[in-house]
Amino acid sequence: MNKTQKEPTNSVHARRAIAYVVLVILSFLCLFWFAILFVNATRSHGELTKGFTLIPSTHLPENWSGLIHGTLPVLNGLINSVVVAGSAAILCTYFSTMTAYAIHAYDFKLKKFFFTFILAIMMIPAQVTSLGFLQLIQKMKLEDNLIPLILPAIAAPVTFFYMKQYMDSTLSLSLVEAARIDGAGEFKIFNNIVLPLMKPAIAVQAIFTFVSSWNNYFIPALILHKDKMKTLPVLIAQLRSADFLKFDMGQVYMMIAFSIFPVIVVYLILSRYIVAGVALGGVKE
Amino acid sequence: MKKQLLSTLLCASMVAGTLACAGTVFADEAAAEGPVLNIQCWNEEFKSRLTDHYPGYEEVDATHGKIGDVEVVWTITPSDDNAYQNNLDTILPENEGAEDPVDLFLVEADYALKYVNSEVEVTEKVADLGLTEDELANQYQYTKDVVTDANGDLRGVSWQGCPGLLIYNREAAKEVLGTDDPAEVQEFVKDWDTFNETAAKLKEAGYNAVSTVNDTYRVYANNTTSKWVDDEGKINIDPNIEKWVQDSKALVDAGETTTNELWSDDWNKGFYPDGKVFAYFGPAWLINFCMAADTEGSIANQGGWGACVGPQGFYWGGTWICAAKGTDNPTLVADIMRQLTTNEEIMTDIVKADNDFVNNKPAMEAAAQDDSYAFAVLGGQNPLGLFCEGCEKIDLSNLSNYDQGCTEEFQNAMKNYFDGNMSYEEAVDQFYKAVVEKYPELTY
Amino acid sequence: MGKKKSKVVQYNRWGYIFMIPFLVTYLIFQLIPLITTVYNSFFENYRSGLKQIGPNFIGFQNYATIFGNPDLWKYFGNTMIMWIAGFIPQIFFSLLLGAWFTDTSLRLKGQRFWKTVIYLPNLIMASAFAMLFFTLFGDSGPINSMLTSMGIVSAPIKFLSQTGTARGLVAFMNFIMWFGNTTILLMAGMMGIDPSLFEAAQVDGATATQVFWKITLPLLRPILVYTMITSLIGGLQMFDVPQILTNGTGDPARNTMTLIMYLNKHLFSKNFGLAGALSVFLFIVTGILSLIVFKITVRKEK
Repeated sequence: MNKTQKEPTNSVHARRAIAYVVLVILSFLCLFWFAILFVNATRSHGELTKGFTLIPSTHLPENWSGLIHGTLPVLNGLINSVVVAGSAAILCTYFSTMTAYAIHAYDFKLKKFFFTFILAIMMIPAQVTSLGFLQLIQKMKLEDNLIPLILPAIAAPVTFFYMKQYMDSTLSLSLVEAARIDGAGEFKIFNNIVLPLMKPAIAVQAIFTFVSSWNNYFIPALILHKDKMKTLPVLIAQLRSADFLKFDMGQVYMMIAFSIFPVIVVYLILSRYIVAGVALGGVKE
Repeated sequence: MKKQLLSTLLCASMVAGTLACAGTVFADEAAAEGPVLNIQCWNEEFKSRLTDHYPGYEEVDATHGKIGDVEVVWTITPSDDNAYQNNLDTILPENEGAEDPVDLFLVEADYALKYVNSEVEVTEKVADLGLTEDELANQYQYTKDVVTDANGDLRGVSWQGCPGLLIYNREAAKEVLGTDDPAEVQEFVKDWDTFNETAAKLKEAGYNAVSTVNDTYRVYANNTTSKWVDDEGKINIDPNIEKWVQDSKALVDAGETTTNELWSDDWNKGFYPDGKVFAYFGPAWLINFCMAADTEGSIANQGGWGACVGPQGFYWGGTWICAAKGTDNPTLVADIMRQLTTNEEIMTDIVKADNDFVNNKPAMEAAAQDDSYAFAVLGGQNPLGLFCEGCEKIDLSNLSNYDQGCTEEFQNAMKNYFDGNMSYEEAVDQFYKAVVEKYPELTY
Repeated sequence: MGKKKSKVVQYNRWGYIFMIPFLVTYLIFQLIPLITTVYNSFFENYRSGLKQIGPNFIGFQNYATIFGNPDLWKYFGNTMIMWIAGFIPQIFFSLLLGAWFTDTSLRLKGQRFWKTVIYLPNLIMASAFAMLFFTLFGDSGPINSMLTSMGIVSAPIKFLSQTGTARGLVAFMNFIMWFGNTTILLMAGMMGIDPSLFEAAQVDGATATQVFWKITLPLLRPILVYTMITSLIGGLQMFDVPQILTNGTGDPARNTMTLIMYLNKHLFSKNFGLAGALSVFLFIVTGILSLIVFKITVRKEK
């Protein structure tokens, strides 16, 4: 008994060691850049041009005040970005779940058509229609407005697809039937029973949507022209422009750090839900 | 009311009496003028000049100010990848009669003609604003040529001149050339052939002649004999530009310079002794603002640079003020132009406070004789005399509407040739393609 | 009997009602723009400085211009090469990490920490990340100074002046940014597999490798398809990273120019006609590629 147990234990040890080595290397590749970013945000422009080091310097407050008192309305940008990414995440997950539920729980004539249709349009990148989108926004006089960055999130085929898959594997219709027998309305069933059950999937997709909206540069750059309305990536691009009066790399790094930090905070808060959500997805099978 | 008073006051302080009249003609209209002065620009430079030197300007926040009762709103669009021009292109043709029109916008020499010579008029004539030729007599001719339209009407003004010099590392000059005296160093860089010979000597001592090939580009490009785009809209490469390519290729192949972009981290390494760069080409603003004079350990900080004329004269930068057609604040715009570009007292202040080379011949020539204007960065050398000379020689008769785009794409394309990724013909072909992508109306 | 059926139909009406928000939003913000994009592709319509040229109907001339240009296929090739070079390590490490994390016999410690870390790069703005890489991999940047001082190379590597290294950097960044995301998605799939299957396999004496190939991978196929399709869509959209890294030039020799960068050039010069034709081309290519990937995996499943 003891002898047969020993062989696999050794191989498990070896595999575990390999796993840790690989994980450490990959983690290094992931964190190294963040470390540089934050170190560089503490260094003055002069120090930065002199070369590279991993030792933080003392110029963090200067870079910070330079950024805050500079011409770029970074605090406005932060608020705009939070409003856009937050609203988009909420609308996107709520309505994608609703759409997925429509396909999942009901049997209607055009169901198959709609499902195939959504799968088909899932492949269309936003850039492909950006030309028409821009013309539409101009006609609707919604330039310099955050609405065109938020509302389209309601129709998100990729999130829909994820929700649908999650429902296929976890959402049992017997619960819905039970609620119907208790006399609950369809809308109420969706909000009170289906949504809570979908929480893990919603958390995962809320993060994905938030992040992609937060980092989105292509469309906002086309729509937002007034400084006060701009989101952070648009402002970052502006700070980066090769212009001798703004040529302070310390501030540039500070700005980058400033725009990724909120995302990291949001992520650290929600990462618990992601991991738990992933685990739950397995149990519910 | 308050504004009227202000503009009358300002006029009273004018040098010549006739000017005051020109000002008062507009004063009656002033009451009817717009409450907001909208300014379009691509960086902070003009804003800081206006803030520091325009009488009565109060800063509210980073993008807002006040002149009397008029609110000043700054819209800053970076010039990268044509963004600033694209922005102007959409706004200006519809500016006249707009609800909140642009009043003043800034342009650079590379594309000034586009707005000065446009089919749809987008700039006001300076004369229509009330500025007379006499008032502008002290400005350098080239600064007027840039913004003069096909009919000879002036449509913009500038407060600065940007003649450039060769700025050399004194330490390197002493080590390799045996002298750091500007006149003697000039002998080693007096024309391109001599410059290239000197580059080989510098290489032996471990110095790059210039930080990148793009440093010398402007010098060649300002001495062309033909335009980037001819009258039929065909793209053209000038012989002097071709010479830049040949000379640069030779320098790169010999390891005497690099192909880095201007403003990149690698480019400004030479601001420090370890960067081992012999020379930069630049105007006054480069010397004073960009060479890290405030940073301990930089060459500029130790006053380790010297300046001489170099192989050919050139200019770099310069900002022109234009009044947008359809402005509802013509008086105020005219007064800003007048104060910043003709008022000798204010302009002298700008020289003292900001080290700008201002667009005022008598003021600059006086300063050139005055040792108190010596540049610390240049180890006490006063280069203003050289700048004055340079300013007279600048010839901008070969500007076209497309210079900014052509320059950007030509440098990008030639980098491939210098780096050995393409033949010259392939690189030229890529240049043509890239320009047509930017300006679909052109041919090659 | 009859009564029951009508009630089901009544419920099913809700299917349409719940679809309304999606359909209305889609119609306004995606379908109409798509149609106007296609419409634009048949017109000569661009800005020449301050002048507006067109719109003049010119039929398929924009398409002729686009397809008559061999560069289009070059940019398509660039996009695919850089996507594949990033996707292979991405899927490899994601499967590996997913398998390790879900392997109960390994009992890896600090799982939450590792997962949190590997997902982190996905959060950083692609533009900011590219900017960082641009500084780090400059000719005299920190990476080169590290390599030379360690004696690995004698002269600095010009990362962004050579096709291989420039494409490599783009692919590497795509890999770093996306493998954490993929790992999380694949793990969701792996943990969805009935644990009793693994227990049964262990009882039968299967090795971890056997379990992976015989149980995990086949059952994972739907999630793999999902991952691949979304990554392919993302790959064809590749823009921020090469754009910032090469300052929009797609150099060296336009070997890192992607399709969207090319589209962006036309959008930027407000050449709506050519941009429209290019968009339609992209639309078709995306559709075909997705269909191929979809078909291959569906066939295998049968």
